[in-house]
Amino acid sequence: MITSTDVSSFLARRRGRAGLDWTDVLAYTYLALGVLIVLLPVLWMFLSSIKSQRALVENDPRLLPYEQVMVPGATADQPPLGVFVWRKPDGSTVDVAFRAPRGRNMLVHTLADPATAIEVPRDQLTRKDKVAPRYQNYTEPTLGSTQTRTFNFLRYFWNSTFVTVVATLITLVVNAMAAFALSKYQFKGRDAIVLIIVATLLIPPTVILVPLFMTVSSLGMINSLWGVIIPAVATPTGVFLLRQYMLTIPDELLEAARMDSASEWKIFWRIMLPLSLPALSVLAILSVMWRWNDFMWPLIVLTQSEVFTLQLGLSTFKGELNDNMHYLLAMTVLTLLPVTLVFVFLQKHITTGIANTGLK
Amino acid sequence: MSTLELKQITKSFGATKVIRGIDLAVNHGEFTVFVGPSGCGKSTLLRMIAGLETATSGDVLIDDVRVNDITAAERGLAMVFQSYALYPHMSVRQNLSFGLENIKTPKPEIKRRVDEAARMLRMEALLDRRPGQLSGGQRQRVAIGRAVVREPKIFLFDEPLSNLDAELRVQMRVEIGSLHQRLGNTMIYVTHDQVEAMTMADRIAVLKDGRLEQFGRPLDLYNRPANLFVAGFIGSPRMNFLSAKLTEATGICAFATVDGGGTVKVPCVAAGAPGSAVKLGIRPEHIRPVEAGGGDIALKVTLTEQLGGESYLHGTVPSGEALSVRLPGQTRVTRGETIGVVLGESNLRHLFDAETGLVFEPADAEG
Repeated sequence: MITSTDVSSFLARRRGRAGLDWTDVLAYTYLALGVLIVLLPVLWMFLSSIKSQRALVENDPRLLPYEQVMVPGATADQPPLGVFVWRKPDGSTVDVAFRAPRGRNMLVHTLADPATAIEVPRDQLTRKDKVAPRYQNYTEPTLGSTQTRTFNFLRYFWNSTFVTVVATLITLVVNAMAAFALSKYQFKGRDAIVLIIVATLLIPPTVILVPLFMTVSSLGMINSLWGVIIPAVATPTGVFLLRQYMLTIPDELLEAARMDSASEWKIFWRIMLPLSLPALSVLAILSVMWRWNDFMWPLIVLTQSEVFTLQLGLSTFKGELNDNMHYLLAMTVLTLLPVTLVFVFLQKHITTGIANTGLK
Repeated sequence: MSTLELKQITKSFGATKVIRGIDLAVNHGEFTVFVGPSGCGKSTLLRMIAGLETATSGDVLIDDVRVNDITAAERGLAMVFQSYALYPHMSVRQNLSFGLENIKTPKPEIKRRVDEAARMLRMEALLDRRPGQLSGGQRQRVAIGRAVVREPKIFLFDEPLSNLDAELRVQMRVEIGSLHQRLGNTMIYVTHDQVEAMTMADRIAVLKDGRLEQFGRPLDLYNRPANLFVAGFIGSPRMNFLSAKLTEATGICAFATVDGGGTVKVPCVAAGAPGSAVKLGIRPEHIRPVEAGGGDIALKVTLTEQLGGESYLHGTVPSGEALSVRLPGQTRVTRGETIGVVLGESNLRHLFDAETGLVFEPADAEG
């Protein structure tokens, strides 16, 4: 178990015995820079995702979600009024509510005396802001009661999850089978087949887009999640990765299993798959990321919104006429979470997987 | 009954001939050791019996049934591998029961057999551990246990002790021996260590370059080696060979003049003409030192090894060939000294044809 003292002593490691060596300063500066570069965009996106639509449209450069303080209008049916800080020529300040523009001036009233309207030069007023995270960006598209009725988060989430989980499972099984055959059986043309499979990496996916679409379409898989899943399961990267790993598993283990009357099928499931776990974890992570983040292929195959994946759903926020950046950002953050969690958990699994391979 | 018979077995990997026609019959319950230098094909032969390799030609018969086309999984044999080949992701118990699950043995029966094997091999406490948590000797036991639970027709061992240290090796040798006595199964054991072969085997098959050099009881191989190779391979320290010329050959014995020494009598049927080149073989333990100038040949001692209970003299004879002598007890002979040696009793000498390497059969073998 890692305790907090371990972590802190790890983080506080340095070269200088007594104080900080100059290399320590350099190293920590470099590391801090790295953390910033990696973390800042994500952090920025998260902070932007809790800003109001208005703040986003205004291109407010501040990181935190600021919003203008509002007071209720004079009567219940009037809209709320924005609050400004009025810096008087004598230097004192007072909060005022904005009523209407009046040429170069603005018509305001002080909060203490709403009845008296005052005319104030525009340049003496600054907006009064407060930090106001807008969590509705998250709740509105997910829990209904949203302005955009086209975005059905739960359905898209389910579609994306289904595609990712099923495609990853099939990818693992299919690629592991191919890798098993190509690593542990001797037959003519084996190396040529491996070469051909790896060579398909050289073909850009856009080149085969049209023929692939025609195939999928003739199989009647347009607007079906299977049309997204099936074409993607066999990957040259996966076959190559698993094959290279399986080559390191000693043949004697397979022979021992054969002497133990195990069928080849059983050897695959009981010996090869468990022993390839570290490589399978890597492929699982890759596959989850590929399928979850895939945009182009689902965009082509899926045209009805009931079968949209999350990535397609997100794109509906960005129309020609409407621009729901605040929802788009919030939903993007939610979309990121599952992949991040998968990575965190499987990464741990990879290290233990390697440690368990206690073969002499 | 579990017998094994090999008929004119050959094996080639591409153009390389690894096994060049071997005939062998192993009786039920026999402990047979395949021994030979590395690369002699003994492991390949074992793997062909196991079914992990297919024979290029010839037949493998188990219980008089030809099994060439039966897969390893269906031959009903068990094998202990040199690297143990334990399944690293399974506990010891799972390792032992895996083979039984594959042949659909009922659960209670699996448990009974695993527990019994664990008791027999004294590894009850290890059943829940993974192979990675075991020492070399413990892994070896598990590997043997995995074979034992299968209750196979024939046990196959492929150099099982070569990864153990010397002390553990002796201990495991005894254990495998007693296991054989208890189970009474047919066992085939491959090793390159002739001491292992001599101590464990009922019968030894000596292999060299894919050929069977000799197949027989350990002491028969020691006493009556069929050729120069077997004579040199079996016995430690190895047999001395001295070049000699055949001087006279009668029907029951031959006389040979050792290069740089006297003439010795060997009771054998020598076929060669007088004057033909022969090799005289004599084991170090059969040579007796005498005063300088006496004996059959002079020996210039270059090294003495005193082990307390026994001593070794290493030196050269006048022809320049090396000769070793093993003496019981301790010796006063020192390095640099020249002594005479008596080349054993006549019936302990072996005479080989220098060209073919074959032994001239002892005279009594005729009768």
